[in-house]
Amino acid sequence: MFEDFLKNQGSWLSGKGPESEIVFSSRIRLARNLSNLPFPLKATLKQKEEVLKQVKEAYACDKKLSKAQFIKLEDVDELDRQLLLERHLVSQEYVSSVKGKGLILSSDEEISIMINEEDHLRLQVLASGFDLKRSWSILNSIDDNLSRKLPFSFLPDLGFLTTCPTNVGTALRASCMMHLPALILTKRINKILELLTRISFTTRGLFGEGTQALGDFFQISNQVGLGLSEDELIENLIGVVNQVKGQEIDARETLLKKHKLSLEDNVWRALGTLKNARLINSKEALSHLSILSLGLDLGIIKDNDLSLSAPGRELLNRLFIILQPAHLQKIEDKPLSERQRDSIRATILRERLS
Amino acid sequence: MLCDICHDNHATVHLTEIVNERIVEMHICQECAQAKTQNLNEQLQLSGFLGGLTEAFGSSGKKPPKLKCKSCGLLFEEFKKEGRLGCGACYSAFREQLLPLLKKVHGSTRHAGKAPQGIAKVSADRIEIEELRLRLNRAIKLEEYEEAARLRDQMKKLEDNK
Repeated sequence: MFEDFLKNQGSWLSGKGPESEIVFSSRIRLARNLSNLPFPLKATLKQKEEVLKQVKEAYACDKKLSKAQFIKLEDVDELDRQLLLERHLVSQEYVSSVKGKGLILSSDEEISIMINEEDHLRLQVLASGFDLKRSWSILNSIDDNLSRKLPFSFLPDLGFLTTCPTNVGTALRASCMMHLPALILTKRINKILELLTRISFTTRGLFGEGTQALGDFFQISNQVGLGLSEDELIENLIGVVNQVKGQEIDARETLLKKHKLSLEDNVWRALGTLKNARLINSKEALSHLSILSLGLDLGIIKDNDLSLSAPGRELLNRLFIILQPAHLQKIEDKPLSERQRDSIRATILRERLS
Repeated sequence: MLCDICHDNHATVHLTEIVNERIVEMHICQECAQAKTQNLNEQLQLSGFLGGLTEAFGSSGKKPPKLKCKSCGLLFEEFKKEGRLGCGACYSAFREQLLPLLKKVHGSTRHAGKAPQGIAKVSADRIEIEELRLRLNRAIKLEEYEEAARLRDQMKKLEDNK
């Protein structure tokens, strides 16, 4: 399954979305439950299968979803589940067990619905670049259409009811994945993360566990979902992301003005390492790719310096994803030890960056 | 020195804990230390943290009786441990306990977003009446009869408007 993942890249990876230099991708998700069945926490396997059945019968009513795939997680093998996780289409919690779970996935990977994760439905739109409003309009209309067919659990005063009370209300979480290498190099990042927490926004790394931010990617999302409308929540996030983006641009200018030579040195050395390494782990690869990406944005290196066949931005975005462990094993079509992965990773980098 | 907990292994970890406002020094082995931090990590999980909040912000510190959702059977005690609810009806069953928690987490207890297309639009009045009913119940419990009478009149007015 999912062989296409290696050939096509999900549209959110294309690097073609608006303002995708600093804002890598935008995501909005909604949590929904069916009012006639207990939440997954208390549901029996039979009840979870009933949820799957009801959703399966209903989802095609939405035009955008009508061509999407309906997948039972039981039919997806371990490696493919990791692949879904690495592509940010499902969550860690979701793949931890397979019984009674389902996934609806559009072919461009922009729309996905996890069934029986923490809530009966977790609907997601994941788009390239800084594109929250378009993402919301897609998700909003899917939600409207589904809510005509499915009895969503809802109270007028508390909104959509969810397993965890931190999600109740709009049950909406919007996030942007931002690439912030200059804020890290200039050591301004901590101050910004602290400020964001204070105004109720959550940040975490895009790759790696917990708050460790590999590749200088951060995901910024709203924490609050009750008391504000969906449009207000999204507007607020747009405001915050614009602020952070402004800070990153500012830090980039400072680097160019005051540390141009060391920055150039960093960028070219990163390219040198990636073009020549024979063994490279994911952490090192991500950190060099991040610097290359910055170099490309600032015109220190050009598309031609990276590759003669693919546009630089698209190539880098793709490498960020395909150099992860499950993707490498999918490419080689066999399980790989850590050392084998480091070797294949280096080989792929040498082949692509030429 | 032997471990204060298992009394078998050599103590290599030295820690200071505050137990019941008294400083306690402990000398323990690697294994027991690991078990202890794991314990601590579990306590610090968000779910438990949420449950803890309901205690801190719950109704006037009184120990609630064994609350249970009739629909899915979830005990409020379980929610306090797991931070997760079992079904939509839990929100009604534990309403009084959950509202202060929602206020704390979201800064609000009033949904301002969209509604599902399938259900009939519920008027703002109904929400307000529901809210007044809660305040009325609280007032009666607290024996604030004047406030209760005022709330009852307000409710009646809204109901007559319909």
